[in-house]
Amino acid sequence: MRNILMLIVFLTIFSFFMYVAINPGDFNSQTGEHFVFGSPKFTDMDNYFIHNAQNQTGANNVVTSIVFDYRGFDTLGEASVLFTAVLGVGLALRLLRGDKK
Amino acid sequence: MIFNAPFISVMILVIFGLYAMVFRRNLIKVVIGLDIVESAVNLFMVSLGYVKNGIAPIYTNSPGGAMVLPTPQALTLTSIVIGVATSAMLLSFCILIYRYYGTLDTRKVRRLRE
Amino acid sequence: MMSKIVRTQANFLYPFILIFGFYIVAHGHLTPGGGFQGGAVIATGIALVIVAYGYDRIKSWIKKSTLTATESIGLLCFILTAFIGIGTSFFYNFLANSGLLFGDRVSYGVNPGYLNTAGTLPIMNLAVGIEVLGGLGAILMYMMSYGKEVDK
Repeated sequence: MRNILMLIVFLTIFSFFMYVAINPGDFNSQTGEHFVFGSPKFTDMDNYFIHNAQNQTGANNVVTSIVFDYRGFDTLGEASVLFTAVLGVGLALRLLRGDKK
Repeated sequence: MIFNAPFISVMILVIFGLYAMVFRRNLIKVVIGLDIVESAVNLFMVSLGYVKNGIAPIYTNSPGGAMVLPTPQALTLTSIVIGVATSAMLLSFCILIYRYYGTLDTRKVRRLRE
Repeated sequence: MMSKIVRTQANFLYPFILIFGFYIVAHGHLTPGGGFQGGAVIATGIALVIVAYGYDRIKSWIKKSTLTATESIGLLCFILTAFIGIGTSFFYNFLANSGLLFGDRVSYGVNPGYLNTAGTLPIMNLAVGIEVLGGLGAILMYMMSYGKEVDK
């Protein structure tokens, strides 16, 4: 009974997801333009990065210049998350070893 | 319809991952389901930034032409590393649970309830 | 510990995996790749050696404390490189177009790619590569050490 109920909820979510994926809807409600795969609408920031990254940072790879220069705080947080994960894994498994003695 | 194929595959992947997270009893399979959902989100972000007939945003010996948007790719790079960290933490908690309960079945891990 | 064939293949492949990983890290500002990807490739080399030789032998070659220290040094180098440019702002690229180390000017458009460009980006790539190498290696070593304890 409980499984059947969960399955019904699941099928509802599935049909909603498929509806959204097949018909993405009005991306901009004022102009009524649909969002189409392959032609994103708002690209001002990315065009700025593509045209100015080589002069400002000197790197050919635009993605690297975004990761390490324009969005450096993002990368700092990411490195901190990795550091904290290693700390947590070491703490958990070390606690286990002390428990065994 | 067919130009939405990446979005449809993203939704199918999300559904597979949610199914594994909700209906499976093994904790390792729950973690695998979480990873599948995460991969689906990464694919969604990359496909949002795709420009038709675009090339990778790298100028080294590039053939020229329109470039795909670089910012979603940078965010995906962040997301992948955070996913690795999350998977490592979850798997180490699975190891701890197996150590204390002797099983990974979520129906049997209920010593707190009794 | 696995059979002699696997160990010989691991011996043969390990230096090439290391060289490929450092290539990806060093060319992060020119070709696809960067610190995270290159560090992950080097960590797969460590995983190959751990699987081929078993944890007991590897324990004396690669210490867990060395790997975690490597990770901390990488993160500290990253933050220090970001702090040097604090005169203008945090994460300021003070080396780009300055003519110093990694400071060559690059013209806009398609070019064959020169290593001596991009300012602080190669230094940060190297720091993050060291950090990811240490972090993933430490995670692998911790999990392998638990598997050994269950066998006993």
